Amino acid sequence: MAIDTAAIGRRLPEVTVDIERGRLRLFAKAIGETDPVYVDLDAARAAGHPDLPVPPTFFCALGHEQPDPFGWLDELGVDLRQVLHGEQSFTYHLVAYAGDRLTARPRITDIYARKGGALEFVVRETAVTRAGGEPVAELTDVVVVRNREVTA
Amino acid sequence: MTAPRHVEVGDDLPPLRLPPISRTTLALFAGGSGDHNPIHIDLDVARSAGMDDVFAQGMLSMAYLGRLLTGWVPQERIRSVQVRFRAITPVHGQPTCTGRVTAIEHTDLPGGRVERRARLDLAVTLADGTTTLQGDAVVALP
Repeated sequence: MAIDTAAIGRRLPEVTVDIERGRLRLFAKAIGETDPVYVDLDAARAAGHPDLPVPPTFFCALGHEQPDPFGWLDELGVDLRQVLHGEQSFTYHLVAYAGDRLTARPRITDIYARKGGALEFVVRETAVTRAGGEPVAELTDVVVVRNREVTA
Repeated sequence: MTAPRHVEVGDDLPPLRLPPISRTTLALFAGGSGDHNPIHIDLDVARSAGMDDVFAQGMLSMAYLGRLLTGWVPQERIRSVQVRFRAITPVHGQPTCTGRVTAIEHTDLPGGRVERRARLDLAVTLADGTTTLQGDAVVALP
Protein backbone atom coordinates (compact mmCIF):
# COMPACT_ATOMS: atom_id res chain seq x y z
CA MET A 1 0.00 0.00 0.00
CA ALA A 2 1.16 3.51 -0.66
CA ILE A 3 1.20 5.95 2.23
CA ASP A 4 -0.71 9.11 1.39
CA THR A 5 1.83 11.90 0.91
CA ALA A 6 -0.86 14.38 1.94
CA ALA A 7 0.40 13.68 5.46
CA ILE A 8 3.62 15.58 4.71
CA GLY A 9 3.59 18.62 6.94
CA ARG A 10 1.18 17.05 9.44
CA ARG A 11 1.79 18.11 13.03
CA LEU A 12 1.58 15.18 15.44
CA PRO A 13 0.38 15.55 19.03
CA GLU A 14 2.88 17.40 21.18
CA VAL A 15 3.98 15.74 24.39
CA THR A 16 5.13 17.34 27.65
CA VAL A 17 7.07 15.21 30.11
CA ASP A 18 8.50 15.86 33.57
CA ILE A 19 11.92 14.19 33.53
CA GLU A 20 12.30 11.93 36.58
CA ARG A 21 15.53 10.65 38.14
CA GLY A 22 14.13 7.15 38.52
CA ARG A 23 13.35 6.92 34.83
CA LEU A 24 16.83 8.13 33.91
CA ARG A 25 18.32 5.49 36.24
CA LEU A 26 16.27 2.76 34.54
CA PHE A 27 17.50 3.97 31.15
CA ALA A 28 21.09 3.96 32.46
CA LYS A 29 20.65 0.42 33.81
CA ALA A 30 19.21 -0.79 30.50
CA ILE A 31 22.19 0.53 28.51
CA GLY A 32 24.77 -0.70 31.04
CA GLU A 33 25.89 2.83 31.86
CA THR A 34 28.93 2.76 34.17
CA ASP A 35 29.47 6.54 34.55
CA PRO A 36 28.08 7.48 37.98
CA VAL A 37 27.19 10.97 36.72
CA TYR A 38 24.08 9.41 35.10
CA VAL A 39 22.79 7.61 38.20
CA ASP A 40 24.28 9.18 41.34
CA LEU A 41 23.14 12.67 42.27
CA ASP A 42 26.29 13.40 44.28
CA ALA A 43 28.51 12.36 41.37
CA ALA A 44 26.46 14.49 38.98
CA ARG A 45 26.73 17.54 41.24
CA ALA A 46 30.44 16.95 41.82
CA ALA A 47 30.84 17.07 38.01
CA GLY A 48 29.08 20.43 37.91
CA HIS A 49 25.59 19.30 36.93
CA PRO A 50 22.51 20.60 38.79
CA ASP A 51 20.90 17.12 38.66
CA LEU A 52 21.16 13.86 36.70
CA PRO A 53 21.76 14.73 33.02
CA VAL A 54 19.39 13.47 30.34
CA PRO A 55 21.67 11.27 28.21
CA PRO A 56 22.11 12.14 24.52
CA THR A 57 19.71 9.63 22.97
CA PHE A 58 17.03 9.61 25.70
CA PHE A 59 14.94 12.27 23.93
CA CYS A 60 13.25 9.63 21.76
CA ALA A 61 11.47 8.56 24.94
CA LEU A 62 9.46 11.78 25.00
CA GLY A 63 7.40 10.82 21.97
CA HIS A 64 6.45 7.53 23.59
CA GLU A 65 4.91 9.20 26.66
CA GLN A 66 1.33 9.23 25.39
CA PRO A 67 -1.55 6.74 25.52
CA ASP A 68 -1.08 5.58 21.91
CA PRO A 69 2.50 6.33 20.89
CA PHE A 70 2.23 4.51 17.55
CA GLY A 71 -1.20 5.97 16.69
CA TRP A 72 0.39 8.24 14.10
CA LEU A 73 1.53 5.15 12.17
CA ASP A 74 -1.97 3.64 12.45
CA GLU A 75 -3.35 6.83 10.94
CA LEU A 76 -1.01 6.38 7.98
CA GLY A 77 -2.28 2.81 7.56
CA VAL A 78 1.08 1.34 8.56
CA ASP A 79 1.35 -2.05 10.31
CA LEU A 80 3.71 -1.48 13.25
CA ARG A 81 5.13 -5.01 12.80
CA GLN A 82 6.48 -4.07 9.37
CA VAL A 83 8.33 -1.00 10.60
CA LEU A 84 12.07 -0.59 11.08
CA HIS A 85 14.00 2.40 12.37
CA GLY A 86 16.04 3.62 9.40
CA GLU A 87 17.84 6.71 10.58
CA GLN A 88 18.04 8.91 13.66
CA SER A 89 19.75 12.21 14.29
CA PHE A 90 20.06 14.63 17.19
CA THR A 91 21.25 18.23 17.24
CA TYR A 92 21.86 19.60 20.73
CA HIS A 93 21.52 23.10 22.16
CA LEU A 94 21.81 22.42 25.88
CA VAL A 95 21.91 19.53 28.34
CA ALA A 96 18.57 18.81 30.04
CA TYR A 97 18.30 17.44 33.58
CA ALA A 98 16.03 15.48 35.84
CA GLY A 99 13.42 17.94 37.07
CA ASP A 100 13.11 19.66 33.69
CA ARG A 101 9.73 19.78 31.98
CA LEU A 102 10.38 19.02 28.30
CA THR A 103 8.00 19.39 25.38
CA ALA A 104 8.40 17.50 22.09
CA ARG A 105 6.67 18.82 18.96
CA PRO A 106 6.87 16.29 16.12
CA ARG A 107 5.75 16.73 12.54
CA ILE A 108 5.93 14.60 9.42
CA THR A 109 8.31 16.25 6.96
CA ASP A 110 8.62 13.71 4.15
CA ILE A 111 7.18 10.46 2.78
CA TYR A 112 8.74 8.61 -0.15
CA ALA A 113 9.01 5.11 -1.66
CA ARG A 114 11.94 3.08 -2.97
CA LYS A 115 12.28 -0.26 -4.75
CA GLY A 116 8.98 0.08 -6.56
CA GLY A 117 7.09 0.65 -3.33
CA ALA A 118 8.55 -2.37 -1.51
CA LEU A 119 10.03 0.12 0.96
CA GLU A 120 8.41 3.33 2.11
CA PHE A 121 10.03 5.98 4.26
CA VAL A 122 8.41 8.41 6.67
CA VAL A 123 10.52 11.27 8.03
CA ARG A 124 9.64 13.07 11.26
CA GLU A 125 11.29 16.11 12.76
CA THR A 126 10.81 16.85 16.45
CA ALA A 127 11.75 20.02 18.29
CA VAL A 128 12.37 19.57 22.03
CA THR A 129 12.14 22.62 24.30
CA ARG A 130 12.43 23.23 28.01
CA ALA A 131 9.67 24.98 29.97
CA GLY A 132 10.06 28.62 28.98
CA GLY A 133 10.68 27.68 25.38
CA GLU A 134 14.47 27.29 25.33
CA PRO A 135 15.51 24.92 22.53
CA VAL A 136 17.08 21.73 23.92
CA ALA A 137 17.43 19.48 20.88
CA GLU A 138 16.12 18.70 17.43
CA LEU A 139 15.47 15.11 16.40
CA THR A 140 14.97 13.63 12.96
CA ASP A 141 13.91 10.04 12.54
CA VAL A 142 13.24 7.97 9.45
CA VAL A 143 10.82 5.06 9.72
CA VAL A 144 11.11 2.33 7.08
CA VAL A 145 7.95 0.40 6.18
CA ARG A 146 8.46 -2.99 4.53
CA ASN A 147 5.66 -3.88 2.14
CA ARG A 148 6.04 -7.61 1.63
CA GLU A 149 3.29 -7.92 -0.94
CA VAL A 150 5.18 -5.60 -3.29
CA THR A 151 8.03 -7.14 -5.21
CA ALA A 152 10.42 -4.74 -6.83
CA MET B 1 36.81 11.90 30.78
CA THR B 2 39.44 10.21 28.69
CA ALA B 3 39.58 12.68 25.78
CA PRO B 4 43.18 13.58 25.08
CA ARG B 5 43.97 17.28 25.22
CA HIS B 6 45.39 17.02 21.73
CA VAL B 7 42.90 15.63 19.21
CA GLU B 8 44.03 14.94 15.66
CA VAL B 9 42.47 13.59 12.48
CA GLY B 10 42.83 9.82 12.48
CA ASP B 11 42.61 9.46 16.26
CA ASP B 12 40.50 6.51 17.41
CA LEU B 13 38.20 6.78 20.41
CA PRO B 14 38.67 4.03 22.97
CA PRO B 15 36.22 1.35 21.71
CA LEU B 16 33.23 0.43 23.86
CA ARG B 17 32.78 -3.35 23.93
CA LEU B 18 29.41 -4.54 25.18
CA PRO B 19 28.41 -7.93 26.52
CA PRO B 20 26.01 -10.04 24.40
CA ILE B 21 22.51 -8.54 24.38
CA SER B 22 20.10 -10.58 26.48
CA ARG B 23 16.32 -10.70 26.42
CA THR B 24 16.42 -9.04 29.83
CA THR B 25 18.27 -6.10 28.30
CA LEU B 26 15.57 -5.76 25.64
CA ALA B 27 12.86 -5.74 28.32
CA LEU B 28 14.71 -3.18 30.45
CA PHE B 29 15.35 -0.98 27.42
CA ALA B 30 11.67 -1.14 26.44
CA GLY B 31 10.84 0.25 29.88
CA GLY B 32 13.68 2.75 30.04
CA SER B 33 13.25 4.11 26.53
CA GLY B 34 9.44 4.05 26.60
CA ASP B 35 9.46 2.15 23.29
CA HIS B 36 7.03 -0.66 24.07
CA ASN B 37 6.90 -1.94 20.49
CA PRO B 38 6.26 -5.66 21.15
CA ILE B 39 8.35 -6.77 18.16
CA HIS B 40 11.39 -6.41 20.48
CA ILE B 41 10.02 -8.16 23.56
CA ASP B 42 7.23 -10.53 22.58
CA LEU B 43 8.20 -13.62 20.59
CA ASP B 44 4.58 -14.22 19.51
CA VAL B 45 4.39 -10.80 17.88
CA ALA B 46 7.80 -11.21 16.23
CA ARG B 47 6.72 -14.54 14.72
CA SER B 48 3.41 -13.09 13.54
CA ALA B 49 5.48 -10.56 11.56
CA GLY B 50 7.47 -13.36 9.91
CA MET B 51 10.56 -13.03 12.11
CA ASP B 52 12.25 -16.02 13.74
CA ASP B 53 12.86 -14.16 16.97
CA VAL B 54 12.69 -10.77 18.64
CA PHE B 55 15.56 -8.41 17.88
CA ALA B 56 17.18 -5.49 19.66
CA GLN B 57 15.83 -1.95 19.51
CA GLY B 58 17.96 0.16 17.16
CA MET B 59 17.99 2.90 19.77
CA LEU B 60 19.69 0.53 22.24
CA SER B 61 22.72 0.46 19.96
CA MET B 62 22.52 4.20 19.43
CA ALA B 63 22.46 4.63 23.23
CA TYR B 64 25.68 2.60 23.34
CA LEU B 65 27.15 5.10 20.85
CA GLY B 66 26.00 7.81 23.25
CA ARG B 67 28.05 6.08 25.96
CA LEU B 68 31.05 5.94 23.62
CA LEU B 69 30.80 9.73 23.19
CA THR B 70 30.10 10.70 26.80
CA GLY B 71 32.95 8.43 27.85
CA TRP B 72 35.24 10.54 25.66
CA VAL B 73 34.00 14.11 26.17
CA PRO B 74 31.65 15.73 28.69
CA GLN B 75 28.12 15.53 27.30
CA GLU B 76 27.74 19.31 27.01
CA ARG B 77 30.34 19.24 24.23
CA ILE B 78 28.31 16.96 21.94
CA ARG B 79 26.81 19.13 19.18
CA SER B 80 25.15 16.45 17.03
CA VAL B 81 24.92 12.71 16.42
CA GLN B 82 23.32 10.91 13.52
CA VAL B 83 23.14 7.29 12.43
CA ARG B 84 21.76 4.97 9.82
CA PHE B 85 20.54 1.59 11.06
CA ARG B 86 22.08 -0.86 8.59
CA ALA B 87 21.26 -4.28 10.04
CA ILE B 88 19.15 -5.82 12.76
CA THR B 89 20.90 -6.73 16.02
CA PRO B 90 19.82 -10.25 17.02
CA VAL B 91 19.42 -11.48 20.58
CA HIS B 92 22.90 -12.48 21.88
CA GLY B 93 24.53 -10.11 19.38
CA GLN B 94 27.67 -8.59 20.86
CA PRO B 95 28.13 -4.95 19.78
CA THR B 96 31.33 -2.94 19.79
CA CYS B 97 31.17 0.83 19.33
CA THR B 98 34.00 2.61 17.54
CA GLY B 99 34.74 6.19 16.60
CA ARG B 100 37.44 7.97 14.64
CA VAL B 101 38.23 11.65 14.20
CA THR B 102 37.78 12.55 10.51
CA ALA B 103 38.09 16.33 10.60
CA ILE B 104 38.90 19.28 12.82
CA GLU B 105 36.73 22.26 12.00
CA HIS B 106 36.38 25.84 13.14
CA THR B 107 32.77 26.98 13.35
CA ASP B 108 31.66 30.60 13.68
CA LEU B 109 29.30 31.17 16.59
CA PRO B 110 27.05 34.17 17.21
CA GLY B 111 28.98 37.04 18.80
CA GLY B 112 32.07 36.50 16.69
CA ARG B 113 33.34 33.52 18.69
CA VAL B 114 34.89 30.55 16.94
CA GLU B 115 34.44 26.99 18.25
CA ARG B 116 36.92 24.28 17.42
CA ARG B 117 35.10 21.03 16.69
CA ALA B 118 35.97 17.44 15.85
CA ARG B 119 33.93 15.46 13.35
CA LEU B 120 33.81 11.74 14.13
CA ASP B 121 32.84 8.67 12.15
CA LEU B 122 30.90 6.22 14.33
CA ALA B 123 30.04 2.55 13.90
CA VAL B 124 28.56 -0.34 15.81
CA THR B 125 29.80 -3.76 14.74
CA LEU B 126 28.83 -7.23 15.93
CA ALA B 127 31.31 -10.00 16.75
CA ASP B 128 30.56 -11.67 13.37
CA GLY B 129 31.63 -8.50 11.55
CA THR B 130 28.15 -7.16 10.72
CA THR B 131 27.95 -3.37 10.85
CA THR B 132 24.62 -2.55 12.46
CA LEU B 133 24.90 1.23 12.79
CA GLN B 134 26.96 3.77 10.91
CA GLY B 135 27.00 7.48 11.53
CA ASP B 136 28.84 10.55 12.61
CA ALA B 137 28.99 13.08 15.39
CA VAL B 138 30.33 16.56 16.00
CA VAL B 139 31.87 17.47 19.36
CA ALA B 140 33.33 20.75 20.57
CA LEU B 141 36.99 20.73 21.57
CA PRO B 142 38.49 22.81 24.37
